[in-house]
Amino acid sequence: MKLTRSLAQTFGGKQKAALIAATVVVGFGLGFGVAHLMAGAIAYWGVVSGPFLISLRVAVPATLIAGITGVASGYALAKGRFPGRNILETIGSLPLILPPTVIGLYLLQVLSPGTQVGGFLTRLVGHVLVYNVIGCIIVATVAAYPFCMRAARAAIEGVDPSVEQAARTMGLPNWRVALLVTLPLARRGIAAGLTIGAARALGEYGATLMVGGDINGKTRTMSLAILDSFTTPERNTMILILVLMAISAMTGVGLLGRTRS
Amino acid sequence: MTDALEVAVARKIGEFELDVAFTVESGISVLFGPSGAGKSLTLALIAGLIRPDTGTIVIRGRLVTDCARRIHVSTQERRIGMVFQDGLLLPHRSVLDNVALAVRQARGSRARRAIAHSWLERVGAEELAHRRPGSLSGGQRQRVALARGLAGDPALVLLDEPLSALDVEVRRELRQLIRGVIISSGVPAVLVTHDAEEAEELGDVVIAYNNGRVTGRRSVARPHGPEPEREEPERTESA
Amino acid sequence: MIGLVPRSWLNTLDIPPWVWNPLSISLRAAFEATIVVAILGIALAYLLAKGRFPGRDAIETVCSLPMALPPTVVGLYLLTRMGGPGPIRNAEVRLFGHPLTFTFTGIVIAQIIESFPYCVRFSRTAISVVDPRFEQVARAMGLSRWRIAFLVTLPLARRGIVAGVAMSFGRALGDFGATMIVGGAVPMATTMPIALYNAVFYGSHQQATILALVQLGVAFAILLGVSRLGRLQPW
Repeated sequence: MKLTRSLAQTFGGKQKAALIAATVVVGFGLGFGVAHLMAGAIAYWGVVSGPFLISLRVAVPATLIAGITGVASGYALAKGRFPGRNILETIGSLPLILPPTVIGLYLLQVLSPGTQVGGFLTRLVGHVLVYNVIGCIIVATVAAYPFCMRAARAAIEGVDPSVEQAARTMGLPNWRVALLVTLPLARRGIAAGLTIGAARALGEYGATLMVGGDINGKTRTMSLAILDSFTTPERNTMILILVLMAISAMTGVGLLGRTRS
Repeated sequence: MTDALEVAVARKIGEFELDVAFTVESGISVLFGPSGAGKSLTLALIAGLIRPDTGTIVIRGRLVTDCARRIHVSTQERRIGMVFQDGLLLPHRSVLDNVALAVRQARGSRARRAIAHSWLERVGAEELAHRRPGSLSGGQRQRVALARGLAGDPALVLLDEPLSALDVEVRRELRQLIRGVIISSGVPAVLVTHDAEEAEELGDVVIAYNNGRVTGRRSVARPHGPEPEREEPERTESA
Repeated sequence: MIGLVPRSWLNTLDIPPWVWNPLSISLRAAFEATIVVAILGIALAYLLAKGRFPGRDAIETVCSLPMALPPTVVGLYLLTRMGGPGPIRNAEVRLFGHPLTFTFTGIVIAQIIESFPYCVRFSRTAISVVDPRFEQVARAMGLSRWRIAFLVTLPLARRGIVAGVAMSFGRALGDFGATMIVGGAVPMATTMPIALYNAVFYGSHQQATILALVQLGVAFAILLGVSRLGRLQPW
């Protein structure tokens, strides 16, 4: 119950949490429902489910990793006072406007077993990192990271420092202050960053194409698949799913931004 | 002689209820009370930035707000000067331009600048005319803000804690200036402060506020000799 | 403007055509797109920040959608609406004589859509954090709404607005998916990201490295400039 209450608080009240949940559920439901209505046959779902599941397999871990690293680096950037702080944030923000093909090229050079760095990493991890789901996850993480990091930094900087100081005078060590005070107070901004990061991870195309290889059944996410099935209702189903999820995401971000009024 | 201002309004915001009625004659009327008593809210209502729930406001004989008859004159039309605690001068314009922006009784930028310049002289800030607000000290900024509040030939000037952000010495120095300039301009003023000393020095009338209500009103004796003569602001350049 | 640089300058600077052609197309397209985005985006941001009309949040959500959608969805939508039968294609044929798919103008439109949210969101945030008392004083001074917007609010918000426009420009320069779908393989629509993709795909590694480096430098420069403009977060 504590979890639902804190979730509700994050989203600004029970009504809004319900609204967001409803939007997402309706988004999914409509996507599937319309798919079946349009298709009239389970066969279409068979075709759509492939890319849909691959998209989920890529976007969910990517959002988690981007979220954790984003919040951690956002915290470090917000609190730290080291030289080169802004340069680091600039580098971390590059995927926001860097062309996906540039990201793809550099990731290929770093991850391909044929290169020095790539070969080393492949041996280290024990698994090839390109042309499979792992590569796609890495790409999606890179795409989502800047959103999570910048949102986290802004939200953490926006936390009233006197509340943190009060916690410190109570004797709490810094890491507990962070976990018990700072991050909870910053949770709305962080949640907004995660939401939009998730949307970006889901919608990544150019770099996923290069690093993943667009292999049917393995790395063909929905954003890639809609180009493949060109004139069929399956394409429309996937588009509908993506559009509804995008609408839910941006509505959620908008609602989360309702901190001042 | 008509009152400069008649206020009788009520407004509820969240848990806070404001319900006040008073009149202001010429000179400086001070709204005095602790923070959160509703003084700034009253100014916002007089300026027309917020609408009251019930009541009327009359400025110099002109009805600007009447809730019962759904009358509400917009802020732009009320001819009011406002002076805030942090000045709020436009940082991207020169001091002279900031004051000239308020002048609406003249046409053409030359005429406006001339009037602005004469007001800057009256507040003792004429050498700051071409500086940017960012380079001014707090006291200098408030002088310019005062000039801006009066330059538009307003029917009423409202000052919201104009000196609260300043050092004690600067505050004392400016108190005399504020009183002198406002009285000699002939513009009635409503000034908000929580500083008792300031209320005594600046006000002809002190209206006490507490918790959204007026709790008292008294006139301040002025034994210091005759007031400076009233003069109209000059329109042409002076020496 | 940039396409008018004389050939002689290019020769002295030693920029090979396989860099210059996509670079000039990218710069021209992004420039045109950003002009449109700036004008419409700032105006819309002002309305969203100040207005109290029903559907305000819905409009902001819709305008932000391209940030959350895959570029392929945007690209396909434009391709089918601008190229396939329908009112948009008819209007294009009437205005331009031909549909805009596989043309330079078409990719400018794609980049407008993809970069629009950045400008609107950054600008809206910048405008909404301007101290409202500045406008209150301006209203008391009798300034009309237009003058308040142009003389008071927008200048006070200019850092965030410039940051938003810069981010939009960078996003337009870096667009790949939507540009590729709407533009196809047409030479007049081959931007830098597409040229890079071709270089990688056809195995020309040296060209790919140089093209990537140029784009990296440009993106880095833009982000560095934006970070100098101050901290402002649109999400």
